[in-house]
Amino acid sequence: MVDPRLNIIDKRLAKVGKIIAVSSGKGGVGKSLIASTLALILSKSGHKVGLLDLDFTSPSTHVILGIEGMYPKEEKGIIPPVAHGLLYMSIIYYAGDAPSPLRGADVSNATIELLAITQWGSLDFLIIDMPPGMGDATLDMIRFIRDINFLVVTTSSKVAFETVRKLLWLLRDLKIPIVGVIENMKMTDSSFIRENVEKHNLSFLGSIKFDNKLEDSIGDVSKLLETEFEKSLERIISQKLKI
Amino acid sequence: MHEWALAEAVVSTILKIAEEEELKTIVEVKIKVGELQQINQEIFEFALSQLQLPILKNAKFSFETVKAKLKCKVCEYQWSFDAENLGEDVSEAIHFIPEIAHTYLKCPKCGSPDFEIPVGRGVWLESIKGAK
Repeated sequence: MVDPRLNIIDKRLAKVGKIIAVSSGKGGVGKSLIASTLALILSKSGHKVGLLDLDFTSPSTHVILGIEGMYPKEEKGIIPPVAHGLLYMSIIYYAGDAPSPLRGADVSNATIELLAITQWGSLDFLIIDMPPGMGDATLDMIRFIRDINFLVVTTSSKVAFETVRKLLWLLRDLKIPIVGVIENMKMTDSSFIRENVEKHNLSFLGSIKFDNKLEDSIGDVSKLLETEFEKSLERIISQKLKI
Repeated sequence: MHEWALAEAVVSTILKIAEEEELKTIVEVKIKVGELQQINQEIFEFALSQLQLPILKNAKFSFETVKAKLKCKVCEYQWSFDAENLGEDVSEAIHFIPEIAHTYLKCPKCGSPDFEIPVGRGVWLESIKGAK
């Protein structure tokens, strides 16, 4: 018995240049904001970009980007609609704003299904907003997507980094490419995160200071693109990722 | 799952197996589909015919839908999937991503959304017969 869905995933992603999973061991560190803003910045600089919200139980990129009233087009699978220049895919098209309580095996099945039916076409970048932790979604991405790269987000907190560190070590041990680590919501001059990332020969991409005006931009992309948060992320992308 | 996506997935899998087993032609393919996927067999067969692969010219496809059973993890009540009484939007959402069932369905006995689907979910290529 073979699950045929697994054999179509490579084909669905064949014309995607680079796949970046924005991930963290810990929740609440700003993964969705970084994933959404990264996608917008790449799109703004002329790239063709897709954004996939893979946080099935707590999707939030649609809130950040103010996306509503859209639905994928059905054509030999499903084609994500374009929002703010991004091909945008999320479980919200099907679940609406109702809770989706999924156990691990269901998360895996939903991930396979979504990857098997979504027609991304040609993209320069596919940005994936991952759920926190290193559970089913992370393991499935590693299992199903051959050329995946991880961008790992942490806060300055030693508590957050304790968990993020485990994700980094896991990825390193599995030889999964790590684009680098971003320290988000930085409020002190501590170099704890930078030192701990660099001493393990991983790339520390930079810090983003806590931006107390960021919340006012949620749901409004033009405001989001004017925030200090966005400027810091754009600087990191151009200087460290050289995109 | 979308019928066209399933047809493409089935064909990709057949080609992979044919290559591994050095089959020149396929004579029989047995597919099992969980009821929850709500696959329209006619559309699926049409999609398959449109993919027009020479290796499948003489292939006979058999297609079995497996009835879905749902079992509550809280009170262990078991019940059947009833597509008839779902609204069109919910039915379509479950068709595309069957796990969405957990968003809309609840245990009829205790009301919990925490149930499992022991049978009737997923797509399986049960067997392929071919000639070298």
